[in-house]
Amino acid sequence: MKTIYLDNNATTRVADEVLETMLPYFTQLYGNPSSMHSFGGQVGQKIREAREQAAALIGAAPEEIVFTSCGTESDNAAIRSALQTRPDKKHIIISRVEHPAVRALCSHLSLQGYKVTELPVDRNGLVDLENLENQLTPDTAVVSLMWGNNETGVLFPVEAAARLAHEKGVLFHTDAVQAVGKIPINMANNPIDMLSLSGHKLHAPKGVGILFIRRGTKFSPYLIGGHQEHERRGGTENTAGIIGLGRACELAGRNLEKENTEVRRLRDKLERELLKKIPQSRVNGDIENRLPNTANISFEYVEGEAILLLMNELGICASSGSACTSGSLQPSHVLRAMGVPFTMAHGSIRFSLSVYNTEAEVDFVIEKMPGIIERLREMSPFWKQAGQSCNVQ
Amino acid sequence: MWDYTDKVKEHFLNPRNVGEIENPDGVAEVGSMACGDALKLTFKLDENKRITDARFKTFGCASAIASSSALTEMIKGLTVDEALTITNQDIAKYLGGLPDEKMHCSVLGKQALEKAVENYRGVLPAPEAGARIICECFGVTDKEIERAIRENNLATVEDVTNYTKAGGGCGNCHEAIAQILERVKAEPKTQAAPRLTNLQKIRLIEETIEREIRPSLRKDGGDLDIIDIIGNRVLVATRGACATCKAANITLKHFVEHRLKEMVSPDITVEEVSQ
Repeated sequence: MKTIYLDNNATTRVADEVLETMLPYFTQLYGNPSSMHSFGGQVGQKIREAREQAAALIGAAPEEIVFTSCGTESDNAAIRSALQTRPDKKHIIISRVEHPAVRALCSHLSLQGYKVTELPVDRNGLVDLENLENQLTPDTAVVSLMWGNNETGVLFPVEAAARLAHEKGVLFHTDAVQAVGKIPINMANNPIDMLSLSGHKLHAPKGVGILFIRRGTKFSPYLIGGHQEHERRGGTENTAGIIGLGRACELAGRNLEKENTEVRRLRDKLERELLKKIPQSRVNGDIENRLPNTANISFEYVEGEAILLLMNELGICASSGSACTSGSLQPSHVLRAMGVPFTMAHGSIRFSLSVYNTEAEVDFVIEKMPGIIERLREMSPFWKQAGQSCNVQ
Repeated sequence: MWDYTDKVKEHFLNPRNVGEIENPDGVAEVGSMACGDALKLTFKLDENKRITDARFKTFGCASAIASSSALTEMIKGLTVDEALTITNQDIAKYLGGLPDEKMHCSVLGKQALEKAVENYRGVLPAPEAGARIICECFGVTDKEIERAIRENNLATVEDVTNYTKAGGGCGNCHEAIAQILERVKAEPKTQAAPRLTNLQKIRLIEETIEREIRPSLRKDGGDLDIIDIIGNRVLVATRGACATCKAANITLKHFVEHRLKEMVSPDITVEEVSQ
């Protein structure tokens, strides 16, 4: 059975070009970049190249790029550093829809005496900047807001938010793990202090990420060890991973237009047709301010895990915000924060596309989804009642 | 991805007895959309007061659908008394086991069964006397938690969440659940039955069958005879309606054996022999 992979916000396939670039650095060019011999030194040269490629993708300077092990490490390093370098300030502002890498860290920090404010979002998943402004206090050390939401794809106005934070002298970090490579990002034109990105969301391998630290921003390292990354992140470099990520960043820059035309067109087609063919379904999240690859659709009166497993039988991969798939007993915190009703939240499916998806794949999903939803609705005790009440209206 | 058994997957992909019986003898709806799973169970009895048909409609995940499907298969052919002896553990066992985090799906099935039988008997489903809501997120009472702890021998707050959902939301009730766990653990265990001599045991088995089991079987036109008792093995032969009933084996396991385990010794097994 052919796999149709529409779960690219979870992880992506490694691009062939990326793998090819990486392979020599396992068995042939395996030197340590810190070594004095040229066998290691040549790897160091390749890492410099990767740093330039990554910097170019986001409009940064190479020295503003720190390689890490993943997005979670980048988020942790950024927020902890902000608190370490401003030891007199004890207040953090995030949003209610942040990734666990930020949210769980902050609830952990709240047990250590920090005050955490979680900004609410509206029904479209957007934050109110006026509210952010009101929450900033002289005690606020850092604001951390995600650029693109992993579940809904909703984009926060992080550049404007960073300006507001700066007016009050507060540091600003953004988790841009989902946004990098999908929308144009130019760090030269905004005041964001720190930005996290993850390799495996843009066709690089798992186990490598980046923390952008703006030149002049005080930084206190999270991993203390050797002098690697200009003493901002100790530990021998994941050479093959970093070199692969550099190549992936270069490819992402070239594919950016395709993401916003071809991928967007396929996403829009999938969304439009599913809403048309399946009654009582709706899109979660702001339609305008959204990543081009993500569609989060709720199918009322059915449960997400059951939908996913029936899709799985056809080789279609996606995600759900239902309780049974969230690892807890409640539906996704993102959908709850947006006030999505329970009847809808449990039956939410996230489709996330990449440049590797084809029209034929999207057509196949459009063909199969109505049958899957109908099959589960036939089994649902709420469906018939709901149908009847609709007829009455 | 959940580690579901093949049986769970099979019952999810090919659920048995989906639907609703018109004019059912017993009906129940448990769970809610807010909680993430809900089950509507209906059953019909035949002239011998056996469940001749059982149907379900379920909103929920794969294991909720599979548990409902299993439940309807398990209760067909049983009297309501026999059906009530099915525990949530039996439902999970029937499916080859459920992941710990999904045990609440089997509990949902058990609750639906009990409520449908109450409905059949015309008992008003009154809230348990003195029950207090412990988990606000999922509306779980102290009585429900205590019962799940006793019936499934639960040890931790996480266990309680897996079986009842209590504590699976905001987490504010974890302390209260821990206190209930301590209270139930401190209860004196039912006294281990004094060791019986063989003669006492045989007499007790005969008495139990005569007093507790036979009247119920005879109501349905059935009967059984004790052929032999070897250690803890009770060999019986079915008579009357039981001899020709294809659900007799379930009756023996779920009703006769269950009752003997309860009244005589947990080590008792019942086997059918043809004589």
